[in-house]
Parts: sequence; structure tokens; C-alpha cells
Amino acid sequence: MSMTQRAYPMFDSSTIPDDLCPIATKPTPMLPGDWRSMRPVVDRAKCVKCAVCWLYCPVQCVVERPAWFDFNLKTCKGCGICATECPQRAIAMIEEAA
Amino acid sequence: MSAVLKQKSKLIVCDGNEAAAWAVSLADVDMVAVYPITPQSSLVEYLAKFIADGRLSAEIVDVEGEHSVLSVLHGACLAGARTYTASCGPGLAFMFEPYLRTPGMRLPLVMTIVTRDTLTPQSVWGGHQDAMSVREVGWVQMYCESVQEVLDTTIMAYKIAEHHDVMLPVNVCHDGNYLSFGAARCELPDQGEVRNFLGEKDVNWHVALDPQRPMAVDPLTGGAGGPGPSTFVRYRKGQCSGMQNSLEVITEVHEEWGRRFGRTHAPLVESYRMDGADYAIVTIGSMTGAAKDAVDEARARGEKVGLVKVKTYRPFPTQAFATALADVQAFGVVDRSVSFGWNCGPLFQDSITAMNYSPKRIPAMSFIGGLAGADLTVSHFERVIGRTKELARDGRPAETVWLNEKD
Repeated sequence: MSMTQRAYPMFDSSTIPDDLCPIATKPTPMLPGDWRSMRPVVDRAKCVKCAVCWLYCPVQCVVERPAWFDFNLKTCKGCGICATECPQRAIAMIEEAA
Repeated sequence: MSAVLKQKSKLIVCDGNEAAAWAVSLADVDMVAVYPITPQSSLVEYLAKFIADGRLSAEIVDVEGEHSVLSVLHGACLAGARTYTASCGPGLAFMFEPYLRTPGMRLPLVMTIVTRDTLTPQSVWGGHQDAMSVREVGWVQMYCESVQEVLDTTIMAYKIAEHHDVMLPVNVCHDGNYLSFGAARCELPDQGEVRNFLGEKDVNWHVALDPQRPMAVDPLTGGAGGPGPSTFVRYRKGQCSGMQNSLEVITEVHEEWGRRFGRTHAPLVESYRMDGADYAIVTIGSMTGAAKDAVDEARARGEKVGLVKVKTYRPFPTQAFATALADVQAFGVVDRSVSFGWNCGPLFQDSITAMNYSPKRIPAMSFIGGLAGADLTVSHFERVIGRTKELARDGRPAETVWLNEKD
């Protein structure tokens, strides 16, 4: 399933009064990659493909490559959990260009 | 009170805490989250027993504190459950953050406040200070006079809260000690008839945690420079409309209750012996019983005194209140709590504000009594009646009178 497909259509908020509980039914097109301040970079020489980063990533943006793990930078929010958890210290967090 | 005893109803003797638990059981509540606190604890124990005995098929969640109590119920309510909790005093204080959010999210929760004086000084005894301290948060507040009224009002509270023109949480307040532990005759209505009265549950039609209706619940509205603040105002005004709508709904629901179950309770304010009254006393909660006795005795002596009891305190029933007191020359208001900002009782403060809408100025005085479980007796109300009579004569209100100061 792609990022924009969903099992059910968004709730039609025009069916209820607009002065009850605030709700939002229009998904924003922004992804975490649009506002991330740090990005993970893998040192391929150190990566042993243990998949600890894959296991811990809260947004599941870790992608498997032939000899190392990489990240989908559209959805990575730059939290750095992968870098903290990597037993090989193979992941560095670097600042995004301003 | 009880004119017609319906065939399928049952008579029991119970205290106010047990009466509230019976009401929850009869109202088919799905989810109860609780943390025990004096004088509410036995209410929770009755509920746990009813659930353990299979009398009430609800889930009970014993959480680690009141903040979680209400957070659990938010989730349950958003998922479509009928929900209940009870608290008071310091527990209510600990609940304050989710308590603030509940009316804004328009969640029709029902919560009993077994009223207790707030700390400090240390006190585990009755007084309205806890409930009065949260009077501006946006919950509907109704104060009960008797054990039977606790039971009936707690059931009615669901019908009021879940009405589509209201969609607000309701606090049913009953006096710690006097109603929580005072046993009285109580008529239990039939389960089937309560089901017919309450109708289908429909609590999350407007906001839901439901995979089939995806939505973000309560997102940020945005700050100045965009449409955020005007969106915010729209929701705030909606909340005020819900409160005002509840006055009519509370009245309708009480009338329907009377028709179906043969017991009538005044929905907003009760006028007692107000015919031809020259002056009146105003009461709230369980003190009203002794106050009515004092009024009866005064009437027997030939005094032209009446009584107005406030049941629905939030929203304040301005029109009903001003109409009830329109023809008196003075009135005295008895509070079981303190408004620190005005050096008087909070109900007194509301009363004089409400009377601002009356064409004539009526002198009024504040009396404070019954704090920390102190008994308000007929003789206390005799003093209130005597002082209010003086006020009717000279029109010069004095400073707040503290009734139990020299008991």
C-alpha cells in the first residue's frame, strides 16, 4: 500500500456540525523528510546487516540493500534512534543543509 | 416524591454512593475507570461488586491515579462506549488536565462528584468546595438533595449528556457524608424501562477513534495570522451553545422521567412555599431538607418566607432563578463553599449576577455553612430566615455570615 492509499476514505466532516470537537480530515501532503533537521548516514564498511536499526526505527524507513541498510529519506524524521542503537556504530547523524 | 410505585420497580434502603452505583448499573455503562478517594470510595466498591457479580457487564479499570481515570474514559468514549467515573477533592484536582479537555471535545461522560472540602486545612469531610472550584470548566453540574435524587439524576445525566444538542460531560454532585453515607428508602426502576428511557447509545458520532472513519482528533487550530483563532472562537461558541441548550434538555428529560417513572424532581430550580413569600432563602444540595423544615416552621409561625433550591448550577439557570425570586423583597443565599475572590459564597455571587436581569434591585446576603462536614440544622436556617427578614425590612445587606463559626 502506498503512502496515500487507505483502507477507508477519510471521514466526511460536512455531515456533522463544525462547532463540536475539532477534528481534521484532510491529510497534509508533508512528509517527515520535508522538515527533518538531521539525517542518518551509514558507513558501509562498518555495517554488518544485523538489522537492529530496522527493528528500532519508529517510522519503519530502513531499507535493505545488498550489503548494507539504507533509509527512505522521504519518511525518515531524523530521530537518531538507529544511530544510538547500532551496535557497530555504523550510523552517523549529520545536519541537513540549511 | 413517589406518587406512583411502578410494578416492576423495587424498593431498597441504601446510601447515596450505592444509589449512584445502582444508577450506573441500570444505565448499561460500558466502561468504568476509577481511583478510590474518601468519601467516594464505597461507591467504587459497589461498582466493583456489581461488575464482579455480573449485574453490570462493564469493564472496570483500576488505574494509578485520576489523571489516567479520565484519559482512559476519553479513549473509551471516542471508541463509542458509555462511560462513568466518580471522584472528589484532591482526586478531582489531580484529574484537572483531562477534566479541562473533556467538554471541549464534547465527550458525554458522566462523573459523580461526592463533594468534599478542598485542602488545606486537612479535611476528608463534606463541603462543596471541590465541585465549586471547577464550576467554570464547562461541565454541566447538577446538585442532588436526596438519595433517590442521586439515583434518578445519575440515570438522567446520560440522556442529557448524550443529547445531540448538548454533547457535554455531566457532573452529578452529591454531598459527601450526608448523601454519600446517609441511608434512605430508594426506589430502583426496572432495567428494561431505563433502557427504553435512555435509548440507543450514540456517543461518538461527531468525533471517533474508529479505523472505518479516519480522522485526526483535536488537532492544533493554529495561531495568529491564520484562520486558527477564528476557528477556536467557533468551537468556543459551540461549547457555550451546548451549555445553553442543556437547560431545555435538562427540563425535558426531567419531565419525561416524571411521566415514565412517577417521580418528579425540579430540573433547574425548585420553588418551595414561594406563594406569597415576602422574602426567601436560597439553598443547594442536601442542606435543603433541613432548610425546608425551617421554612415550614417559620410559615407555621406566620412568617412569609419561601425557599428556592438550585439543582442545575452549571449552566446557571438565570431565567428560572430570576423568575422564582422576582416578587421577594430580599433573599439570603446559603453556600457550602467559599468564593475567595469575593469574600462570599459562589452561589451568592451567581445569584446576584442572575438578578441583574431582574427589573428591580433586590437586597441579598451571603451565608456560608456546612464546611468540612459541619451539620446545617434547622436552627441554622432559623438564623438565616431571621437575618433575611431583617434585610427585607431595612434593605441593608451585611457582610457574609459564617453559620458554623461558633457551633
